[in-house]
Amino acid sequence: MTKDPILKAKNIVKYFYDPATFKALNEVSFVAYKGEFLTLMGKSGCGKSTLLYCISTMDTKYEGELVLNDKLVTGLSPNKMAQIRNEYIGFVFQFHYLLPEFTCLKNVMIPALKLNKLSHQEIEERAYQKLEILGLKDQAHKQANKLSGGQQQRVSIARALINDPAIILCDEPTGNLDSKNTQIVFDIFKQLASENGQTIIAVTHDNDFAKASDRTIEMADGKIIG
Amino acid sequence: MKKSVNIEIAYTHIITRKTATFIAAVGVAIGVGVYLFMNSLSSGFTKFSRDNTFVSNAHIKVYVKDKISSTIIPHSSKTSYIINNSQILDLSKKLYNPDQLLQTIKNQPFVINALSLVEYSVNFRRGSSELKGSAVGVDMNEYAKMFNTNKYMIAGSTNSLKENLLGVIIGQGLAKKLSLQMGDNLTISSNEGVIQVLKIVGIFRMGNPSMDEGRCFVNLSIGRQMLKTSADYVTTLYVNTVDPDKAEDYAKMLISYTDYEVENWQISSAELLSADKTRIIMMGSISLTILIVAAFGIYNILSSTINQKINDIAILKAIGFNGTDVIKIFMLEALIMGVIGTAMGLLLGAGLIGIVSNIYMGGPVGYFPIYFEFPLFLKSFILGIIIILCAGYFPAKNAANVDPVSIFRK
Repeated sequence: MTKDPILKAKNIVKYFYDPATFKALNEVSFVAYKGEFLTLMGKSGCGKSTLLYCISTMDTKYEGELVLNDKLVTGLSPNKMAQIRNEYIGFVFQFHYLLPEFTCLKNVMIPALKLNKLSHQEIEERAYQKLEILGLKDQAHKQANKLSGGQQQRVSIARALINDPAIILCDEPTGNLDSKNTQIVFDIFKQLASENGQTIIAVTHDNDFAKASDRTIEMADGKIIG
Repeated sequence: MKKSVNIEIAYTHIITRKTATFIAAVGVAIGVGVYLFMNSLSSGFTKFSRDNTFVSNAHIKVYVKDKISSTIIPHSSKTSYIINNSQILDLSKKLYNPDQLLQTIKNQPFVINALSLVEYSVNFRRGSSELKGSAVGVDMNEYAKMFNTNKYMIAGSTNSLKENLLGVIIGQGLAKKLSLQMGDNLTISSNEGVIQVLKIVGIFRMGNPSMDEGRCFVNLSIGRQMLKTSADYVTTLYVNTVDPDKAEDYAKMLISYTDYEVENWQISSAELLSADKTRIIMMGSISLTILIVAAFGIYNILSSTINQKINDIAILKAIGFNGTDVIKIFMLEALIMGVIGTAMGLLLGAGLIGIVSNIYMGGPVGYFPIYFEFPLFLKSFILGIIIILCAGYFPAKNAANVDPVSIFRK
């Protein structure tokens, strides 16, 4: 199987200025391939989350270049970046971060409604589909804050999937979950990467989780060490 | 049509925060309601005082202005001057060729009505009591048409002057002072020394002491007789226009047709106007302040909403909403609160106007002079919405500037 690069980070340098100037990322370069399940590991403060947010396009204050799908993303306007996030990138956070006053279904639908490429009805069908994949179809009409943590995390994964993004970025996706839910989430990621060809990049502290992924990038002191 | 997701989010926020929305709306409602009420009050008073002015004053008067002689007159020798006491020249108050001038004025598109009359000072006498006053010699039917005088007649009618050449119409105050009744005779003398005994054929009450106690109406020919003048003698032209507020401009246009003094009512009633202005400014500024305080309420509520929802804003930005979307969402929430509040405020204002307009004040005022004025409703609505949008913009702008990374990394 040939490896198509989907995301390239070139010499990313990132400083933090508060409270004191600190080089969080020191010329980090790496390539993520299509259909790859990639984990980022390292000790607290090694820069892995910083790197994740740089490649997420939400953090724009870095030096270096970020190429997504053969297109240079660095330096685009904030609105353009928002559009790229909407269409090509899905997010899963440690704290599930759903919109509490909306139903699960609505939460899943919102990124697609924003993208505005399908009709409302088609989007609703897709949202049901994604919830079904994650075993939550029966919870669709419950308000998001009425669900358990594990369920909320799965809803947020469904939300990340709704626009079929090329890349799914995860910040400690299993950090708040018990082993059973961790296993469920892991299996879903594995399946997404192998069957849909979507790229997963996950920051994790969980050694077992990382070992079972396709590739693990280890970081220390703002550099990739292996 | 696809409903915009921004609208859907704003709508859900509003629905799930009914109490906060309601409180904000009530704040706006009170502001807009009081604004509307106070401005209606002010406008009602202005209308009342204006109507009062036009009971006896025309929008524009044309008359001969008193001329004052100059103190230094060059002598024919050109080397010396005659020094004179400056004084009012004893010139006739007669307008020359009044019919032609009247016709010219009547032909102006902005003139509704115009008439000619003689005005002069008189003494009213009955027995040994004597009162000073003024008489107007005029075609009473035309005058009544112009000033709606029939409305103020409490005895007799304006038409009776036509039927009775030696009749006079006087004010209620004068009748009371001289113990006169309908049908009684009243002796009137002019400065020219002409004395007439006239029969009272009508009594009016205009609610204005200077009119009710000192004014009488006689036939034009009697007036001319009392001034010992010819049959075409006229001292004043009264002109009513389509819009009294533009009387000044109209007066300027009329100046080109005549050398006589053309005076708009704003000049003759300057003190009334300045009282109106003071009232409008005072009430306007107080009510606007209340409205602005209400806007701060909206600002506060939106600011706290945004602080509570800072995580949600970060998520929205992460999943692809840009700053403009975030501003739209929160401005829309402000707009919804504003529209609900403004609508409630208009109802509140209408209720207050309704109650107050039913209060009977008595006397010539009658019911409290306050009216439902559509332009004021519209103005209150538009102003309410504008102020609320301004109050909503700053919190919304703050929301748009939220940096999602800093929220997620906490």
